[in-house]
This record gives sequence, structure tokens and C-alpha cells, in this order.
Amino acid sequence: MNYNKRKKVNQASAFWLFRIMSLIVVVILGCILGFIIINGFQAISWDFLTKIPEDGMTKGGIMPAILGTLYLTLGSMIFAFPIGVLSGIYLNEYGGKGWIVRLIRTMTNNLGAIPSIVFGLFGMSLFVNTLGFGDSILAGSLTLGLLVLPIVIRTTEEALKQIDDSYRIGSLALGATKLQTITKVVLPMAFPNIITGLILSIGRVSGETAPIMFTAVAYFLPKLPSSIFDQVMALPYHLYVISTSGTDIDASKTMAYGTAFVLVAIVLILNICANLLRRYFGNKVKTN
Amino acid sequence: MKKKMFRGKKYFIEALWEGLLKISGSVTSIIIILIIIFLFSEGMGLFKEKVVEDGYVVAVNSRNKIETLSSSQIKNIFDAKIVSWKKLGVNVSEDEIMVLRLDDVTNYATEEEIGENFENLPKIISKILEEHPNMIAFIPEQYTRKGFSAKVLHLGNIKVKDFLTGKEWFPTAQPAPQFGVLPIILGTLWVSLGAILIALPFGLAVAIYSAELASNRIHKILKPVIELLAGIPSVVYGFFGLVIIVPLIQKVFALPVGETALAGSIVLAIMALPTIITIAEDALRSTPRAMKEASLALGANKWQTILKVTIPYSISGITAGVVLGIGRAIGETMAVLMVTGNAAVIPHTLLEPVRTIPATIAAELGESAKGGAHYEALFVLGCILFIITLIINLIVEYVSSKNKNKIA
Repeated sequence: MNYNKRKKVNQASAFWLFRIMSLIVVVILGCILGFIIINGFQAISWDFLTKIPEDGMTKGGIMPAILGTLYLTLGSMIFAFPIGVLSGIYLNEYGGKGWIVRLIRTMTNNLGAIPSIVFGLFGMSLFVNTLGFGDSILAGSLTLGLLVLPIVIRTTEEALKQIDDSYRIGSLALGATKLQTITKVVLPMAFPNIITGLILSIGRVSGETAPIMFTAVAYFLPKLPSSIFDQVMALPYHLYVISTSGTDIDASKTMAYGTAFVLVAIVLILNICANLLRRYFGNKVKTN
Repeated sequence: MKKKMFRGKKYFIEALWEGLLKISGSVTSIIIILIIIFLFSEGMGLFKEKVVEDGYVVAVNSRNKIETLSSSQIKNIFDAKIVSWKKLGVNVSEDEIMVLRLDDVTNYATEEEIGENFENLPKIISKILEEHPNMIAFIPEQYTRKGFSAKVLHLGNIKVKDFLTGKEWFPTAQPAPQFGVLPIILGTLWVSLGAILIALPFGLAVAIYSAELASNRIHKILKPVIELLAGIPSVVYGFFGLVIIVPLIQKVFALPVGETALAGSIVLAIMALPTIITIAEDALRSTPRAMKEASLALGANKWQTILKVTIPYSISGITAGVVLGIGRAIGETMAVLMVTGNAAVIPHTLLEPVRTIPATIAAELGESAKGGAHYEALFVLGCILFIITLIINLIVEYVSSKNKNKIA
């Protein structure tokens, strides 16, 4: 076999290997999604979404868990969005290139790399025990907020980075102050990207289990929470509990499939929203 | 005048705004410092704990020469695994070790002798110990105060070395809980290593395919799908592993249980794939076009160009992706907790149940008493996990900074 032919055969075999391996990955991932969606869809009904669990989690619905996840996600966002966005603005617009910004950036990256269970430990130690919030929506929201903070910061920073410097210089040249430049020029332009990033981070928060295990959630609650100092049920923890340690694991399997489906559906819907927004704003910016 | 005031007000708002931004910017650093303080202050308490359960002592006959015992020795004595005093390095007239727990006292004395409020208990225990030179007793400290004449052993605190190299994790064992994290650390490494070995070839293949081979249309489908998979909660992956992968492994390898390190590795590999693919693909795409075209112009074909130009150029980015993937795998909690079986023994093959650091914390924190040795031990595990991920992150930063220098 001469050199040229070998070259061709090598390339063809390598490329086919990559194609096949990619196909395998896509098929596996498709199977996971399909499995959850097909099995879960059968469990979904109006009752399932609006009733409380009955008979040791084998019947009824998951309404308290949906509500709990909603509260926790909302709480964490109230905490993380303002601080995260402001922090991102600081890093990109005010920080310059000094050692302080480098340090903050390293710290933010490190915070983003900390495993979620460590946040759980920290949240339990600080919010639940030291500050005395107890197992509550407040403690869980704050813990989740800490977890998502680095993601919000990075998203904001990336979005701001994409705005061309000529806009800032133009605004400043017209006599606007730095604050005016940021609020009137830079932020409106970066807004779509920031929003899409934030929507994706909501998905991340709503599926986290480890940080809320010891700070907010309960196995089962007979009534809905009435204040931010109450415990809640949450979807991811509910799925964990009924699939591993429920009273009757086989009987609650349908419930588990349904819960998994709802979790996947939340992420799916948020992803679609983010993509639609991206497309919508993308077109708008172009035509302007 | 009016203009000046306007300026002053404007300046004030600017300054206020900048201060607000600075405070927000420093929040992450403050949180990291707080995490370190809280984790370590809770965890370090462990090394001030006695090796036996709080409020208990170990006592022997007053002529017994033994001075101290380690926590594993105490456990083995009371589990009847060490039955001879000679093994502990002392000569006692009767070599076989006899064990006395509080419940056993009624075998030697009647309830009237002990007294209604156990007021005679110290004397009785002393007497029993005097009569049996080969006896060792595990009793509450409160009964060694008044009228107690036997020898109470001076037991040390839990040692860092025992903690890190101990092979047994029995946090609720009586009389001496065992906090050896070696099997847990090894379990974490086994599962993560297995995961990365599975994920690496597939992740790279998809990254190369997506960056170099796929048509624009396929790429447009592939990217959102990968993004979506990165967003699916770990507990859902764990659930999938539990109902599909675990029974499959049990059947294929004919095992008594399917919850094994292998199941954990497979689930973690699937979860690490999006991270590896995304970062490796970005790195591959960052190769300058001119470089690739130069290679093609010299007569190399596409595969040779990928192998000899694109991959070497983007190797630091690919490495960063892989290391980040490992970091993800090590810190993953729920999926691993659900599929690995959680047995705290040193694994020898991938087909045995294992337990990882995050899974241990998640499984046991709920049932440990706040401020107790078990609780503190779990915080030390959290510290170890924190340090591991910190090191991994520093490696990633170092590798990516190298990449930047190259471009400059």
C-alpha cells in the first residue's frame, strides 16, 4: 500500500470511528431523554400536578414539591441576581486589569467549582445552625443562591464582554458619565445575553438536591409552608427519596417517573425559552 | 450655582454606585473565606474528640500495666477480635481479655447492691475489676468519680494520621467509633477514574466530530442537545442509573447486587460528557485557520492536520476540559449516592459497591448529632473535598493561562 493510499484509509477509518462514537453518544443521551419522557408522560395528569402525596407517596400528586422548588428557586434568584449582575458589571466595567480583579475572578471561578454538597455543609453550618434559621425556605434559598452566584457573575461578564468598546467610548465622548454609559448604553445591549444566561441558571438551581438536603427540605409535609421559616418539599429531593428509600419503592415507581419527567420538563422549557429569546433579541439587534 | 449642585449630586451617585459594585464584586471572595472558616472550624473539632464515645471511659484492673489504647484497638477488643493481652504488649496473669459493659454489671451484683440511684455502682465496678485482673471495662464517666479505685486509661484524641490512613469507617460503632477515610477517598478516586476513562474517548470523539467534521446543520442540532444534557439534574441521571444501568450490570456480570463502582462510573461518565465536549470543542475551534490551511497546503490531509496541528495546538484547552470533568465527577453527589451501593470498604474491582466522599456526607449528615464526632468527621470530609476541588481548579487555571501565553 503506498503512502497516499494509506493516508486516505487512515483518514477514512478515523473519521468513521468518530462518527460512530458520536452516534453512540447521541443515541445514549437520546435514550435517557426518551426513557424519562415516555415513562414519565404516562404518569402525568392534572391530579398528579395539583394533589398532595397520599398513601406513603404511592398515590396522589406532587404539588407541594413543585411549589417548594418554585419557592426555593425564586428565593435564590432574589438573592443571587442583583449581587451577581452588579458583581459582573464591576469585574468587566470598573475592575481594569489589576490584581484585585484577578483575585476576584479566581475566587469566583473557585466558588463555581466547589461541589454542591460542600455548599450544603456550609449552608447548614452558617444559615441553619449559626444564624438559627433552622431548616427553612430562607436557609435553602440562600444556600442555592451562593451556588448559582458564580454562574450569574460569569454570564453577566461574558455578555458585557461582547459589547464593542466603541459604544462605550462614543457615549463617554458625548458627555455621559460612566454610570450613564452603563445603564443607558451597555446594559440594554447586553440585556438579551444576560437574560438567557439567567434563565439557564434557573434550570440549574431547580434541579439541585445536595445543597437543600440539610437546609430546607423535608421528606413529607402534611401542609404547605406558610412563611419563609418553614420547611418545604422539593422535586429533586422527592425523586431521590421515593426512588431509593420510600415506604414501597415499586408502588411509587410511577410517581418517580412522573417527578423525573417534571424535572426534565422544567429544564427543557427553560432551554427552549432561552433559545427563543436569543433568536428574538438576536434578530432585533441586527435590524437596529 | 444650579449647575454645580447638579454636578455634585451626579458625582455622589456615581461614587455610591461604584461602592455598591465594589461590595458586590467582593462577595464571592467573602463567601469563599466564610466557607473555609466554617468548614474547618467545624471539622477540626474532630481532632479534639476522645477516641471513645463522649462521656465514657475505659478502665482496667489497677495492677494492669497498660497505659493507653488506640481507637482501633479498643474496637477490636470489644468486638472480640483481640482476645489476648499479650497482643497489646502487656503481661497479665490471665491472658484472655474479659470485657465488661455497663449492662454486664448485673451478672456480678444484684439490683439492691447497686442501689436505687446506682450510688454503689463505682464501688461495685471497682470490685469486679479487682477480682478479674484480665478484665477491661467500658463505662460512663459519671460512675468513676466517687469511690472508684480501678485504673482509668488515659485515652488520646483522634489523630489526623489515623483519620487519613484508617481503613475502617464505622462512625457509629461502640465503644470506639472508627473514622478511617481511606476507603472513602479510594472509592471516590476509583469511581471518578473509571468515569473519566469512559468519558474521555467518547468526549474527544464528539468534540472532534462536532468541531471539524459535522456539517453546520448537524452542529446546530448537536449543540443545544449537549447544552440540554448539561442542564438535566443529577438526581434524574441517578434515577436513570438506578432503574436501567444498575439492573443491567447485575444481569451482565451475574452479580448479587448491581449497585457497584462501575454503575457510578458509567453514570458519572454520561454526566461529565457535556463538560468535556463543550470545552474541548471550544479549544479545537480556537485553532487559527491559517495554521490549518498551512498544513493542508503542505499536502497533509484533514486527518493529519487534526492529529498534527489542531490537537497539539488546543491540547491545553482539552486538558482543562478533562480536568474540569474530573472535578465534576469527584464532587458529584446525588447520582453516585443512588447507584454505587455505599459500602465503605476498600474496593478491589469496579464490580464492588463503593462509597464516595460526597455520598458519605449526603447519606450520614442527617443522622449525625450536631457537634458530635461523627458530625465533625463529615465536615472534615467536606474540607478534603473542598481542597481537592481547589487543587483541580488551580490546575485548570494554570493550564488555561499557559494557553493564553501561547496565543500572545
